[in-house]
Amino acid sequence: MKTPPKVGKKPALAVVGQPPRTREKLRDAAQLAEIAREMRVDILQMLHAAGSGHTGGSLSAIDLLVALFFGKMNHDPQAPFWPQRDKFVLSKGHGAPAYYAVLSKLGYFDRQELFTLRKFGSCLQGHPDSRCTPGVEVCTGSLGQGLSIANGMALGNRLNHNPGRIYVLLGDGEVQEGQVWEAAMSAAHFRLDNLTALVDNNRLQIDGAVEEIMNVEPLAPKWQAFGWHTIDIDGHDMAQILAALDEAEAVKGQPTIILARTVKGKGVSIFENKVQYHGVAPSDEELAIALKELGAAG
Amino acid sequence: MSEKLSTRVEYGKTLVELGKRYQDIVVLDADLSGSTQTHRFAKVYQDRFFNMGISEQDLMGTAVGLALSGKIAFASTFAIFATGRAWEQIRQGIAYPAVNVKIVASHGGVTVGDDGGSHQAIEDLALMRVLPNMVVLVPADGIEIRAMLEWAVEYVGPVYIRTSRLAFPVIYPEDHRFVLGRGSILRDGTDVTLAGIGLMVHHCLQAADMLAHDGVSARVLNLSSLKPLDWELVVASARQTGAMVTAEEHLVTGGLGSAVSEVLAEHHPVPIKRVGIKDTFGISGKPEVLLEYFGLMPKDIYEAALQVLKRKAN
Repeated sequence: MKTPPKVGKKPALAVVGQPPRTREKLRDAAQLAEIAREMRVDILQMLHAAGSGHTGGSLSAIDLLVALFFGKMNHDPQAPFWPQRDKFVLSKGHGAPAYYAVLSKLGYFDRQELFTLRKFGSCLQGHPDSRCTPGVEVCTGSLGQGLSIANGMALGNRLNHNPGRIYVLLGDGEVQEGQVWEAAMSAAHFRLDNLTALVDNNRLQIDGAVEEIMNVEPLAPKWQAFGWHTIDIDGHDMAQILAALDEAEAVKGQPTIILARTVKGKGVSIFENKVQYHGVAPSDEELAIALKELGAAG
Repeated sequence: MSEKLSTRVEYGKTLVELGKRYQDIVVLDADLSGSTQTHRFAKVYQDRFFNMGISEQDLMGTAVGLALSGKIAFASTFAIFATGRAWEQIRQGIAYPAVNVKIVASHGGVTVGDDGGSHQAIEDLALMRVLPNMVVLVPADGIEIRAMLEWAVEYVGPVYIRTSRLAFPVIYPEDHRFVLGRGSILRDGTDVTLAGIGLMVHHCLQAADMLAHDGVSARVLNLSSLKPLDWELVVASARQTGAMVTAEEHLVTGGLGSAVSEVLAEHHPVPIKRVGIKDTFGISGKPEVLLEYFGLMPKDIYEAALQVLKRKAN
C-alpha cells in the first residue's frame, strides 16, 4: 500500500520517458453491465463487512463508474502516476465503496483489501484518501468541493500541455452546496473543455427527497445558464453513458455535464428508491436477499 | 536605518522574481490582486495567474487542483476571507492531504483600518494554527517575508503567511535566511521576555527601550515561525528571564499568546501576560487610533511587562 507522503519532502518524480499506454477499453454494453453486476456484489459485501457506509449512493453510481473506468478513461493500473492519464474526482465522496470496487477490479490493489473498508489502519478510508489508496487522486468527502479541485486539475493539464481529461462525479443533493456553482462559473469562464462532469441524479438525500428538502431542479437549464453543455441520460444504460462521454469529449470551448437519471440503491429491490439506505450498510438478512437478486448467492 | 518596507508589497515583488526561477509557480486571487499585490505577477505571467473573482472557496479548491498537477500554487486574498470563508476548503483540500499550496493573505489585524470589523482578521492565526500539516508564518519585515518565500517554494506542503497593510521598519539584513521553527532573539535581556510577531515585534523593541529607562533588561523575541513554534527558545527564555509577555495584532485566543502559554504551562510556567485583542471584534478607524484603542501600543507591552515583573517578584 502507498504510505502517506511526508510533508516537506519532494515527491518522487512521475515516471517519465516511458511510452504512453492505457489499458484496453471495453465498449460492449452487455459486458460492462455484467462487470457492474459483479461490482454491486463487491459493494454490498464490503459494506456488510464494514458495518457502516453508503449503500444507496454507491449502487446508484456504479454503472457510471464502470463505464468511465472500463470503457472510457485512459489509465493504467500498473502506472498510477502516468502523467498523461485521465483523472477522476469522486466529488460525492461517500460513494467510495463503488469507487474502491472498481479500482480493485482494475488491479489498483488486491480485492481482499475491500473487506477492510473503514477499519482502523485500512488503506480504504471511509471517504476517498489519496494518501493511502492507489488510484485515488483527491481526498474528498465534504460535499461541494470536488468540482473546484477538478477545475484546477484541468487548468493544470492545460498549462502542462497534458492531453489527459478530468472527470468529476457529483451527487444531485450535492449541488445544493454553493461552491458547486462558483466552480460551475469558473469552468465555463475558463472554457474547460478538457473536463467532463457527471451528476448521479438519484433524487434522494438523507432527510428525504431532494425535491422536498431543497429542490435543485431543473438541472439542465441551470447548468446551461452557467455556460455548460448538458447531456441528459439514463444513468444505468451503458450505451447511453458511453455515448454521452464520447459526445462530451468532442465538445470544444465549454465544459460538459452529463445529467444521469439514476435510482438510489439500483440493482437490489429492497434498497431501490429508499431514503433510509443512504448511509446504512446491509444487515445479514438484507445482504442475503441482495446477493440472491444479484445472482451471487452461494 | 529608518527604511520601511511593506510585507505585502515585498510579497508581490518577490513572487515576480520567483516566478522567473520557478516555472511551476501559479498564483490565484479573488478580485483583490491590487491589495494583495499579486497584480504584479499577473502583469508579467498572464497565463499563470488565475483571478477567481469573489469566490474564496473556489479559489482554494482550484489551487488544490493546480498543486495536484505539479504546480506550486500561491493563493491570495484578505486574511479573513482566506481563513474564514474558505476554512473548510483549506482543511479538507490543503491541510488534510498536505497539498503544496501557499496561502499568502494580506490585511491581517486591525491595521486594516477604515474598512472596519468585517475586514479585520483577528482570528486568522488561530484558524490556521489548529490545522495539522499547516505551517503558519508571520513576517516582521520586508526582508523576512522575502526569505520566507524563498524557503516556501522549496518546501513541499501547506503554508500560511500573513501580510500586513502597513509598512514596517526593516530589522533584518538583506541576506537573512529563514529557518522553519526557529525564532530570533532581536535583543537579549535578563529580567523579562517580550515575544512578538509582525508589527508587534517593533512595538516590543520600543517597549524594551522604555523598560531599559526603568533599569529593566528585556529580551525581545521574534517568533515569526508561529507553527512550528521555536518552543525550545520560548522555554529557554522563560528560564532565563522568569517572566513573559506576548504581543500580537490578533485575539489573545488561539494565536501567539496561546501557543506560548501552552508551551510554558507544560514545560516551565512563569508569570505571563498576553497583549492582544480581548474577545471583541474590530471597528473602523485609522490604524494608529485602533492600535491605541485595542491596547496594542508599546506602552501596553511596557505595562504588561511591569505586571508580570510584579507577579514574578511575589
